[in-house]
Amino acid sequence: MSSAWSWFVIIGTVLSLVGTLAFLLANRSTSGEETTGHVHDGIQEYDNPLPLWWVGMFIVTILFAGGYLIYFPGLGNFQGLGDWSSAGQVAREQQAHDSRFAPLYQKLAQLDEAGLHADRQAQQVGRRLFINNCSTCHGVTGQGAFGFPNLTDDEWIWGEGFDKVKSAVTNGRQAAMPPWGAALGEEGVEDVTQHVLQLAGKSHDAEAAQRGAGKFAMFCVACHGPEGHGNPILGSPNLTNDIWLYGGTADQIAFTLRHGRNGNMPAFDGVLDPEQIHILSGYVTSLSVRN
Amino acid sequence: MNGTPGRAGTQEEPVKLEGFGERDLYQRREKIFTRYVGGFFQRLRFFTGWPLLAGYFLLPWLQWDGRQAVLFDLPTRQFQILGLTFWPQDLWLLGWMLIIAAFALFTFTTLVGRIWCGYTCPQTVWTAIFMWVEQVTEGERHQRIRLDNAPWNWEKIRKRTLKHGMWLGWAFLTGLTFVGYFTPIRDLAWGYLTLDFGLIGTWAALWTLFFTCATYINAGWMREQVCIYMCPYARFQSAMFDKDTLIVSYDAARGEPRGARKRGTDPQGLGDCIDCQLCVQVCPTGIDIRDGLQYQCIGCAHCVDACNQVMDKMGYEPRLIRYTTEHELSGGKTHWLRPRSVGYATALIAMMAAFSWAIVTRVPFEVDVLRERGQLYQALPDGGIGNQYRLRVLNKSQLPTTLALEVRSVLPLSVSAQSSIALAPAELLDLPLTLSVPADALTSPNVAVEIVLCEPSSGRCDTETTRFLGPAS
Repeated sequence: MSSAWSWFVIIGTVLSLVGTLAFLLANRSTSGEETTGHVHDGIQEYDNPLPLWWVGMFIVTILFAGGYLIYFPGLGNFQGLGDWSSAGQVAREQQAHDSRFAPLYQKLAQLDEAGLHADRQAQQVGRRLFINNCSTCHGVTGQGAFGFPNLTDDEWIWGEGFDKVKSAVTNGRQAAMPPWGAALGEEGVEDVTQHVLQLAGKSHDAEAAQRGAGKFAMFCVACHGPEGHGNPILGSPNLTNDIWLYGGTADQIAFTLRHGRNGNMPAFDGVLDPEQIHILSGYVTSLSVRN
Repeated sequence: MNGTPGRAGTQEEPVKLEGFGERDLYQRREKIFTRYVGGFFQRLRFFTGWPLLAGYFLLPWLQWDGRQAVLFDLPTRQFQILGLTFWPQDLWLLGWMLIIAAFALFTFTTLVGRIWCGYTCPQTVWTAIFMWVEQVTEGERHQRIRLDNAPWNWEKIRKRTLKHGMWLGWAFLTGLTFVGYFTPIRDLAWGYLTLDFGLIGTWAALWTLFFTCATYINAGWMREQVCIYMCPYARFQSAMFDKDTLIVSYDAARGEPRGARKRGTDPQGLGDCIDCQLCVQVCPTGIDIRDGLQYQCIGCAHCVDACNQVMDKMGYEPRLIRYTTEHELSGGKTHWLRPRSVGYATALIAMMAAFSWAIVTRVPFEVDVLRERGQLYQALPDGGIGNQYRLRVLNKSQLPTTLALEVRSVLPLSVSAQSSIALAPAELLDLPLTLSVPADALTSPNVAVEIVLCEPSSGRCDTETTRFLGPAS
């Protein structure tokens, strides 16, 4: 707020308060007339006296307004003597919330994976954390969606186990399948697609797959391995198990080859506390155990 | 009701000062010194007031299954009432209850006038108690007036201290009990007994202070000002009055012309009213009932009892001031059954029946079904179509329970969640659920699904409908 507007607000506010008080005090008495002079449909309005205690309450509210404007920010740019701000209040409430739940998180963070799976409270806390933070992409049931891995099966692109999951949540994951359209050419894309279908054991054109095998050995083995089993260190998926992150039809595989894919799991370090990540990871690994 | 505007306490027209033509628009409260009066209606008030008062003070001490029977637990948003727990989801029941209360007020006001104000309103009951304290500490009406006018001396200080002390004590008990409806009263009372402010808690202490002050001010100082200036009921009750409504009224035809006389002498053409002013002196709102029906009249019948005693002493017929109706006063008959009273009573009974039915058949748990936000449906690896849901299952009771989950649909749906759901008391459970169907079994891209939760032990069910979506081809 520019200082001109600030003064406009200050003067306007103070004048209305003073004006209200002056109006109140100036109307203590009236000359003779019993009615206010207002007539509505022939009904006249008596100018009856106001109880003095009621007047007193008016004055108290005006004094309260004065005190309020001194303590809280209200007069233009003046911040008030109480140093109050809405951001500060949110921070205080968050702190109160954190200190209330910290003992619970700390208690549950002592449990190991098996303990987290068995503990009902840990499961419930983990489920809430999952729904609030993970379900946008992975779904409330953790079954994933197109481009977002299913967490309830036994397929772990970045490696299996509690520690791997915990590391994925903490640091995030960045997967990059480069676009090969230019390098392979249109025919090459078709051939490699048929080879990938063959690897997965799906129906394919054997001749084209044979042609694609050479190109696969040249471009794909570095990440997906000679037999297409993938590499958890790089986050390159296993191509042989018919589990597809970006779809397993010939068209979808060709699209992936041509344009590449960029999977991005955001890092939750700093968003969630280490204790929360621990509990959450326990919940996530419990999803596949259950199935 | 003729809403004659006027001052509290006096019924004369607003004062015009001779010569000045000025009058004060801010008016000091005129003190009302009520005279004590006994009699039939005052006994009636005693026997209606005390059970209510006892109920108010004792109810929070009642226990139910080891818990406080009536507790409005605001932090956890649970109202415990006699073994039932009400949640924010049950707010509509509170709405119904308020509607019942409103119709009860309408019905009774139409029939018997301001009986709520005169007999049962806390403002009236507490004011009566405070007036009784005044009577005990300061004496009868004339003694109180004399004390009020007397200069401050030791006796006045002693009497006033005693009075205000007793007022504050009673106000504190009132405030403590009120707060005891919202926080466990046993801890609260024990906390005050032992002065353990950790046990009481800051908020409970502040609210106790607030309600103590409010009671002290309202019943001690404000009294009739509350009824005349603050209370909305007092104003809108006049809309329910008609010529057959029971009102406290002076029989002017019999009483006028009024005039003083000795007992047993010939009235010499005067009416039955001996103008003794007792009806004015006993009135808690300080009006003269002989001026006709006024909005300040709370229908407490003090003047009826006072006048009947005077009539008795004079050897006249009682009931010069009495409960009557405008029709009866003008020589007609009172009609109890009239469209207005019957209509209100019918609405009241219907609402009460509906409310009782809702309470008796209330399901003590609740399920909400939320469709997964991210995607409409999911193509599953096995070639099926899946839909994801979130069930939020709430156990509203204070006992553990086990619910059976059933999914009803024309589709052969497979259900991911287990069919039996165990809930702790007052637990809110978040339950992910996947429904799936083979793609070729899907007959339509949008099929209704019913999620039914039943409690086998009681046979009660809660049903939510949702949709199962699939590809449009």
